[in-house]
Amino acid sequence: MFGWRGLRFADPWEDFGRLSREMNRAMGRFGATEPAARVFPPLNAYDDGESFVVRAEIPGVEASSLEVDATGRALTIKGERRPHQAEDVSFHRRERDHGVWNRTLSLPQPVDPDKIRASYKNGILEVILPKAAEARPRRVEISG
Amino acid sequence: MSSEKEKKEIAVREKEAIEPASGEPTREGVYYSPVVDIYETDEKITVVADMPGVLKENVEVDIKDGVLTISGAVEQVPERLKPVYREYDVGGYLRRFTIGDKIDSEKISARLDAGVLTLDLPKADRLRARRVEVQAG
Repeated sequence: MFGWRGLRFADPWEDFGRLSREMNRAMGRFGATEPAARVFPPLNAYDDGESFVVRAEIPGVEASSLEVDATGRALTIKGERRPHQAEDVSFHRRERDHGVWNRTLSLPQPVDPDKIRASYKNGILEVILPKAAEARPRRVEISG
Repeated sequence: MSSEKEKKEIAVREKEAIEPASGEPTREGVYYSPVVDIYETDEKITVVADMPGVLKENVEVDIKDGVLTISGAVEQVPERLKPVYREYDVGGYLRRFTIGDKIDSEKISARLDAGVLTLDLPKADRLRARRVEVQAG
């Protein structure tokens, strides 16, 4: 039933980060990445210009069981979903998995580790990573 | 050697998009089939469904003609957030189960916590298994 258990795929963010160093003027072009979820939890990343916003679907955990660590160039999220506590029941379906995870994402541009914020609501972990000052877009005023 | 017991890694499941059946009311956006646990005791059947991103006010639970339908809409990602990487699709949840007539549909209770919907479906009285306590003599 859980056909991907045990299979580990290369973290696509590794490529993402490398590519972006080569082409970091063209952030918007990476939006077409094919879905590649092979490791729990599935992640999406967004860019609002000022910050990267990483969201992960992690339903049914305690916020206190989530660990988020970040450096200027990487985000690590760890956690555990515990098995369902139900005794003396007969299961008809058992599709919801449990276990631990630990994912590290390379970030395509440096972020300010002191300003990172994380929240967990409605089963979604959201991490807001403000870009380091040197990585933010700047508008150059033209004098004349 | 680690003294801590090795814990298994959690597996990921890709969302399955729902193909709307013909003749169904049109729903906006894409819907996915939530993963569920379903278990039964003498008194009730419990359905536990992962529906991350769904708010309580957007959950619908319906029983009609022996079919239980659970659904939940999610809010779309605001436009100011430009997608740069994607492993999951944002969409609502919809799944149906045949439960026949053994549920007392008046007494169903539902709760949503951390993106997990839990439904308790009490069995109709006439179908409950009777357990006879045997007392020690």
